[in-house]
Amino acid sequence: MLKDQDRIFTNIYGTKDKSLKGAMARGHWDGTKELLEKGRDWIINEVKASGLRGRGGAGFPTGLKWSFMPKESDGRPHYLVVNADESEPGTCKDRDILRHDPHTLIEGCVVASFAMGANAAYIYVRGEFIREREALQAAIDECYDAGLLGKNNKLGYDIDIYVHHGAGAYICGEETALLESLEGKKGQPRLKPPFPANMGLYGCPTTVNNVESIAVTPTILRRGAAWFSSFGRPNNVGTKLFMMSGHVNRPCTVEEAMGISFKEMVEKHGGGIRGGWDNLLAVIPGGASCPVVKGEDMMNVTLDFDGLREVKSSFGTGGMIIMDRSTDIIKAIWRISAFFKHESCGQCTPCREGTGWMMRVMQRMVTGNAQKREIDMLFDVTKQIEGHTICALGDAAAWPIQGLIRNFRPEIEARIDKYTANATAHGAVLEAAE
Amino acid sequence: MAKLKVDGKEIEVPDHFTLLQACEDAGAEVPRFCFHERLSVAGNCRMCLVEVKGGPPKPAASCAMSVRDLRPGPNGEPPEVFTTTPMVKKAREGVMEFLLINHPLDCPICDQGGECDLQDQAMAFGIDSSRYQENKRAVEDKYIGPLVKTIMNRCIHCTRCVRFTTEVAGITELGLIGRGEDAEITTYLEQAMTSELQGNVVDLCPVGALTSKPFAFTARPWELNKTESIDVMDAVGSAIRVDTRGREVMRILPRVNEEINEEWISDKTRFIWDGLKTQRLDRPYVRKDGRLQPATWADAFGAIKTAVAGTSGDRIGAIAGDLASVEEMFALRELMTALGSTNIDCRQDGSTLDPSLGRASYLFNPTIEGIEQADALLIVGSNPRFEAAVLNARIRKRWRMDNFPIGVIGEQGELRYGYEYLGAGTDTLSGLIDGSVKFAAKLKKAQRPMIIVGQGALSRADGLAVLSAITKLAESVGAVKADWNGLAVLHTAASRVGGLDLGFVPGEGGKAAADMLDGTDVLFLLGADEMDFARKTAFTVYIGSHGDNAAHVADVILPGATYTEKSGTWVNTEGRVQVGNRAGFAPGDAREDWAILRALSDVLGKKLPFDSLVQLRAKLHAAHPHFAAVDEIATGEIADLSALAKKGGTMANSGFASPIKDFYLTNPIARASAVMAECSALARNNFKAAAE
Repeated sequence: MLKDQDRIFTNIYGTKDKSLKGAMARGHWDGTKELLEKGRDWIINEVKASGLRGRGGAGFPTGLKWSFMPKESDGRPHYLVVNADESEPGTCKDRDILRHDPHTLIEGCVVASFAMGANAAYIYVRGEFIREREALQAAIDECYDAGLLGKNNKLGYDIDIYVHHGAGAYICGEETALLESLEGKKGQPRLKPPFPANMGLYGCPTTVNNVESIAVTPTILRRGAAWFSSFGRPNNVGTKLFMMSGHVNRPCTVEEAMGISFKEMVEKHGGGIRGGWDNLLAVIPGGASCPVVKGEDMMNVTLDFDGLREVKSSFGTGGMIIMDRSTDIIKAIWRISAFFKHESCGQCTPCREGTGWMMRVMQRMVTGNAQKREIDMLFDVTKQIEGHTICALGDAAAWPIQGLIRNFRPEIEARIDKYTANATAHGAVLEAAE
Repeated sequence: MAKLKVDGKEIEVPDHFTLLQACEDAGAEVPRFCFHERLSVAGNCRMCLVEVKGGPPKPAASCAMSVRDLRPGPNGEPPEVFTTTPMVKKAREGVMEFLLINHPLDCPICDQGGECDLQDQAMAFGIDSSRYQENKRAVEDKYIGPLVKTIMNRCIHCTRCVRFTTEVAGITELGLIGRGEDAEITTYLEQAMTSELQGNVVDLCPVGALTSKPFAFTARPWELNKTESIDVMDAVGSAIRVDTRGREVMRILPRVNEEINEEWISDKTRFIWDGLKTQRLDRPYVRKDGRLQPATWADAFGAIKTAVAGTSGDRIGAIAGDLASVEEMFALRELMTALGSTNIDCRQDGSTLDPSLGRASYLFNPTIEGIEQADALLIVGSNPRFEAAVLNARIRKRWRMDNFPIGVIGEQGELRYGYEYLGAGTDTLSGLIDGSVKFAAKLKKAQRPMIIVGQGALSRADGLAVLSAITKLAESVGAVKADWNGLAVLHTAASRVGGLDLGFVPGEGGKAAADMLDGTDVLFLLGADEMDFARKTAFTVYIGSHGDNAAHVADVILPGATYTEKSGTWVNTEGRVQVGNRAGFAPGDAREDWAILRALSDVLGKKLPFDSLVQLRAKLHAAHPHFAAVDEIATGEIADLSALAKKGGTMANSGFASPIKDFYLTNPIARASAVMAECSALARNNFKAAAE
C-alpha cells in the first residue's frame, strides 16, 4: 500500500486548504524555477526516464509524446492542451484534481509548456464540470496574482493558461475533436496524420495531455525519475489515481502504486465487495469502453497496463466499475452501448451506423427477444466497426460488447431461451398486442 | 517522387499523391463516396480502406493518407499497399453494410437510379443480403430551394454537398447538424440556398438524397441520348452534356473541362431547359393589320422582299443577339454586305469594344485557368458572381489558396470572397492610375496582377476611354508583359467575342445598334432581345427562337433554333473557339438560323454561296482561319494594348453598374423558363428581406 509521503495528490479529498498557500504548504510550487532552469531536455529526459505513461486511457509514454514536438519553432507558436474533458463513465479522477488539487495541474502546465516551448496552455474542461472549472479558474487567478503566470513572471518563463469550458460532448475528449472544439468548430475528430505534434491547434504544433499526466510531472521532477519508477512493474510504473464505483462498500478515488492487486485494492480502499467476494459478477476495469472481465478472472489481476491486457481487457483510466450478482450484465452493457450511440459524432460511417445497430440488437438481447445466431452476428458487427473508424470511439463502442459476448455468452443464450419458452407458452401475438 | 508497391506492382508517383490516387495510378480500383478531387478530404465514408504493410493491424483510409506518410520496409524496400486482401474486402463489405442498413430500398422510385454510386458500389463491393433486422432510420426531407430536391432518408452523410457549398460556392448555408445517427444535412432554417452554383450538389451527391427538382420523375438516365455541347448562358462557354429523349431536352449536365468550368456549371446553365419548350416560335409570322398572324415561309420572305425592295442598302441594318453562333452571324454579315449595308452590330448593350483595336483589347487574356496563377486582382465594373458564376468560383478558388488581394471598383456586392472596395467609378480608376488609391501598390507589388473589366465599365458612351485608362493602369502595374497578359475583359454574351472576331460591327459610315432602331428602314434582329424597342421605327425582321421582347415588336418573325438545336461555333470570353452540337431538332417549322438566312438570301436575289453547314464553315474558316482551331485560343497582341493605352479620352465622372440586373433572367430562353422565374422571384425576395 502506498505510503502517505509518496502521494502526489495530497488533497484529493478536499479536506485540506486548496488555495495556493495551502498547496505550497504541501510542497507544490516548490523550486519550480529551479526545475525550469535545468532546461527543456532535462525535463523531457527525466519524464521519459520516469516511465510515466499517459493517464487518459491509451497509456502512451508521456515523455516520448513531448519529444515529438519540434525542438525549434518554425515561426508557429507551440501549444499545450490539457484534456480535462473527463467523460468516460466510471472515471472521476480529473474532476477531483480540478476541484481539490488544481495547483498540481497548473504547475504541471508550466513545466510541460516550458519543456515543449509553448507559451500558452489551454485547459479544456468538460461542460458538466461547473464547480471544477470555477475552482480551477480561481486557482489560476491566484497564480496570476502571485506572479507565477503571465508575462515576466517570477519563474522567468512567459506562460498563459486559458480555461476553455466545453459543451458536454463525450467525443470532445478525443484529442483532435477537442482541438476542433477548442477552435470553435464542431467537435469531430480529425484525420491522422497529420498528428497534433505537427498540425494541432490552429495548425500549430500541439501536445494534448490528460490532466493527471500533467499534474504528476512537477512532483516527478522534484523527487526524481527513479522515485517514480520505483513503484510497480517495469513499463507499468508510478502512482496512479484509481477509482472504484459500483458494488463495493466504499466507492472512492484513491492514489495507489501501479501494480497493486485488484483484491488488495478492493479490500483496502473499497471496503470489500458488497455481499462478499463470492458475490462479484464482473468488473469493467478502466472506464466504460474497456471489455468487461468476469469476477473470477479479476481475482488475481494486477492492476496495471500489462496486467489487464492478460485478461483481454485494458487498464484505461483506472476507473473500475464493479458489479455484483444483482447486476443484469446484459442490460449494463446495453446501457453502455446506448451511451456510445448517443455520443457518436456521426462523422464516419461504421460508428454512426454501427453504434445504433449494436444498441438495438443489445436492447433485444436484454429481453431475450433475439436469435442465438445474432450473438455471432453482433460480434461480427463489432469487428466491422473496430479499427475502421477515424477515432477510437468506434473501438470503444465495440469492446464492451465483445467483452460481454466473450465472457457471458451463456447468460445471453439463457435469456433468449427463457424468452422463447415464454413466447410459446403465452403466445407471441399477445405480447405484440401489448 | 515516391516509390511504392500497390498489390505487388511497383509504381512511382508524385509526393503529394494520396494513397487513393497512387492506387488508381497503379490500376487498382478503390471505391469511395466522400472523396472528391476538387473538394477537401473528409475521410468519413471509410469506403476507401486499404491495407498498408507494416502499419497498424487495421486498414487505412486511402483518401486521407499521403504517400509521404508511408514508411519503407526494414531494409528500405518501398512501402506496400494492398487493395485486394481479405482484410480490405472485409472492411469494404462492412462499411457497405453499414451504409445500407439505414438506406431505404427505394431504388425503383429513386431518380439517382442508374447513376448512383451507392448502387454501383454495392454491386461491386457489397454482400448479397442484409443482416439488419431493426427499423430503418427515418429523416424528414428538407426544403433547400426550388432547384435541389431532398430525400434525406437516402443520405449517407458523405458531406460532399457541405464541402462544395462552403469551399467552392462560398456559402455557409448547408451543414450537418446533430450527431451520431441523428446527424442531418440541412440549411437549418430550411431556406433556399442563395448560391448560383447550387445545382452542382446534385451531381456531387453520390446517392439520391439530393436530386434535381425540375427533373424529378421525368426520365431515367439510361433512356436519354447524350450530346456533348457548349453552354451559351454566359460568355464562359462551360462544357455541358445535353440529355434528350426524342426531341425533348430532359436535362443539362456539366462535362469536365479543366480550362474553363472544371466540372461545375451555374444554375442557369443547368436548369434552363424548361425554357427551351415554352414560348417557342414554331412557325413564321407576319404583321398584318397591326397584328402578328401565322404565315408560310413564302409569305414571310415575300414581306421581307417587299420591304427591302422599298429602301436602299444604307437604310438596312442587322443586330446580332447574345446567343447567336458564329456561323449565323457570318451568314448574316455576308447577306448584309451583299445588300450593300454596313449597318451591322453584335453589341446590343452599347459596348464600345472594337475589333479594330486588336484581339487583345476584348479578350479575357490571362485565361480562366490563369486566374490561379494571378497574385492580385482588380475588378472594374463587373460582378463576376452574376456575370460568370463558374469563373467566379475560380476566383474564389484562387482566393482560398493563399494571400490574394482583390480590389473592386463598381457596385458593392456579395462576391463570395473577401475584397477591398475601392470606389464606384471613374474617379477611383483615375486614383489608381495616379497612385492615390493605395490598392495600386498591391497591384504593383504583384508578379502577375490581373484586371477584370466588366461590361459595366465598357457599355457606356465613354467606354473606350475607360478601357484605355484601364489598359494604361495595367501597363503601369506590370499586368501586361511578354509572359503575362493580365487584362481580362469579361463578357456576358456568348456570341460577343465571336461577333467581334467576325467584325460584326458597323463598317465605314455604318450605324451602331442603338442608332439602327430608328435610323434604318429594315432591321434584321438575329435573336437580339435585350434592347429598348420603344423608339423602334424600322420594319423589323426577327430571326429567333422565343416569343420575347423583340418578337413582340417585329413585323416578320422567322422561327429559329436554340443552341441545343443547332451545331454552332461560339467563342468564349477567353477567345476560345468551341463547337456545340445539335442535341435535337427545333419545333414545328423552325429552322437553323443559317439556313433561314441562306433561304432568305435567295429570295432577296443575293444568294449566299453555300448550301450546307460544311460549305458555310469552309467559307468561314477561309475568311477567319482561327475559327478552325477548335478549343484553341488565338492570343491577342500585346502591342495592340500599348496602342490602346495611348488612346486616352475623357471619362465621365460616374459609377460603373453591372449589366446583369437579374442573374436568372438574362436571355429569352431564361425568361421563358418557369424554374428560372421561380429562382428570380426568390432571389428578389431574399434581397428585399436582406434590405429590411
